[in-house]
Amino acid sequence: MQGFSASWRLYGRTDRTARGVFGVLAVLLPLLAWSAVSYLPFVWHPQVLITDPGGEDYLESGMRMNRADFSRAVGEMRTKNLPVPQGVATNPVYLPSPGEVLTAFGRAFTSSAPTGAEHSITQAFGHSIQIIFWGFVISSLIGVPLGVLCGALPAVARLVEPSVDFFRYLPAPAFGALAVAILGIYDAPKIAIIVIGTLFQQILVIANTTRKLDFALIEASRTLGAKGLKLLFRVVIPGILPDLYRDQRILLGWAWTYLIVAELIGTSSGITWFITQQARYQHFDNVYAAMVLIGIVGLGTDMVLGLLARRLFTWKRESDG
Amino acid sequence: MTEHCLPDYRVLPPDVAERMAQIRQRECVMEIDHVGKVFAQKRNKTVALEDIEFGVHRREFVCVVGPSGCGKSTLIRILAGLEDATTGRILVDGKPVNGPGPDRGMVFQKYTLFPWLDVCRNVMFGIEMGGTDRVEARRQAMQWLQLVGLEQFATSFPHQLSGGMQQRVAIARALAARPRVLLMDESFSALDAQTRLKMQNYLMEIWRKIDITIVFITHDLDEAIYLADRILVLKPRPGRVEEVIEVPLSRPRRAAQMASDEFLATKAHLEALIRSFGDTTEETNEGGEDFDIPLLTLVTDKAE
Repeated sequence: MQGFSASWRLYGRTDRTARGVFGVLAVLLPLLAWSAVSYLPFVWHPQVLITDPGGEDYLESGMRMNRADFSRAVGEMRTKNLPVPQGVATNPVYLPSPGEVLTAFGRAFTSSAPTGAEHSITQAFGHSIQIIFWGFVISSLIGVPLGVLCGALPAVARLVEPSVDFFRYLPAPAFGALAVAILGIYDAPKIAIIVIGTLFQQILVIANTTRKLDFALIEASRTLGAKGLKLLFRVVIPGILPDLYRDQRILLGWAWTYLIVAELIGTSSGITWFITQQARYQHFDNVYAAMVLIGIVGLGTDMVLGLLARRLFTWKRESDG
Repeated sequence: MTEHCLPDYRVLPPDVAERMAQIRQRECVMEIDHVGKVFAQKRNKTVALEDIEFGVHRREFVCVVGPSGCGKSTLIRILAGLEDATTGRILVDGKPVNGPGPDRGMVFQKYTLFPWLDVCRNVMFGIEMGGTDRVEARRQAMQWLQLVGLEQFATSFPHQLSGGMQQRVAIARALAARPRVLLMDESFSALDAQTRLKMQNYLMEIWRKIDITIVFITHDLDEAIYLADRILVLKPRPGRVEEVIEVPLSRPRRAAQMASDEFLATKAHLEALIRSFGDTTEETNEGGEDFDIPLLTLVTDKAE
């Protein structure tokens, strides 16, 4: 119990149970709020879903309208002594209930694709992950070595960083048309957009991380006879590895934000295309299911990478206290 | 004990005089040849060191002391090759040196063990840099760890060791690369008083057992007198050799000698010397006696 009260104090010390309970609440509270809005009609439900149009011509069952308009229609029918329209209070179409989203989510994994490529969430999402993967791998293959060299070699930094700084400020979408013109309309320009979006940041961030390596360690290894490649591979790289790993984790998130842009150029594809398409048909349960999937995969990857870091870089965590 | 009944610090007891004569006959391992250092910032130039001329004999233990800002850290960094001298040069075994190298090991004030390597791999680092293969390097490293009494911590990581133990590993790591000179830059100043005394004894034990010459920078006068054969006193602004003192204490040294007349006489002289520099600098109020601390309490002497 002490942990709970301490959790509300500035810089208080929490305990394991308090952290666990807060962790569960962090998921549960938003879900509860969503459920309350969806299932308790008195909370919001600003619209009416028509079940029986009654005598009103312009109404159809399955239609949604504002409550005020609906009661006006009911009033009109009453005065004309025609059948009164029937309806149930409901939320706008863009806010499906948790149950509907869950069903859509389940359907994504169970039912096969009805028609065409990427008609199901999983197919669309699989394509997106491929784009991200290749974009990030290509960016890292160039960005990590170049970043480390920029951080460790002043000459490379002077030569490379000005142009990187220039390109960094050009928004990645600006390269969209160019990428399509050069690389065609399929996956290549999409991967290129992710690379452009990530690479320049990557070089600068990793160069900075490399520069922040404790200089005393470099000096110590120099007095022990290390220089050149030995210094680079035996001291610099192992020394920055935990921070480099953390940078890569952050940059992977960055790559995800460029996915949206990437998937809208050339032929639309992947999860972005799926979401826009489903939104157009007003299948908002599918839209939410796709968003939940992105969130879960993103959070899951980051948690796995985080756990892996704790195992790989025990020395870093312990020596930082 | 008052100052006038202390002996002259320059009078060496017969055994110490004999030892100093022996040391003087040995060749110089490291020579500081008219070294000067000027730090140039935009317009004003600061002369950190001016015409330092000194020779360190083989197996000698030299301490460098001086008030803060006298350039003693700059000097040892020049000796290590981490900083370039503006004028003059450093010779090791008669050959001028350029940049850092394994012939001059260094133990820093900060703990500079590689945190990602275990203790044994840390000690192996310098050996492997010399081109020795891993198996042989491990064997040698274990011997060095034995010398500093830490062989049972071979697989521990630096963060699991206390400050004193980390510095012992750092000493073993520096020595394992087989340097001619071991440079120590206030290596014990981050340690607490008890650990520091232990480390000083350890260091002298190690120094007795192997063929190593030590140059030790410190601001702690007790430490300098306790450890050194000769003490190099630097004068600040510009950094210059003010005096070279031969310490009149016989070896092996023991903590009890810190109360001896010779020790106190040397310390009194050093203190007077360093205080005399203080008067010529602009930072006179630092360490001056006439602090003007306002009275912020109404406590009477009854309460105290």
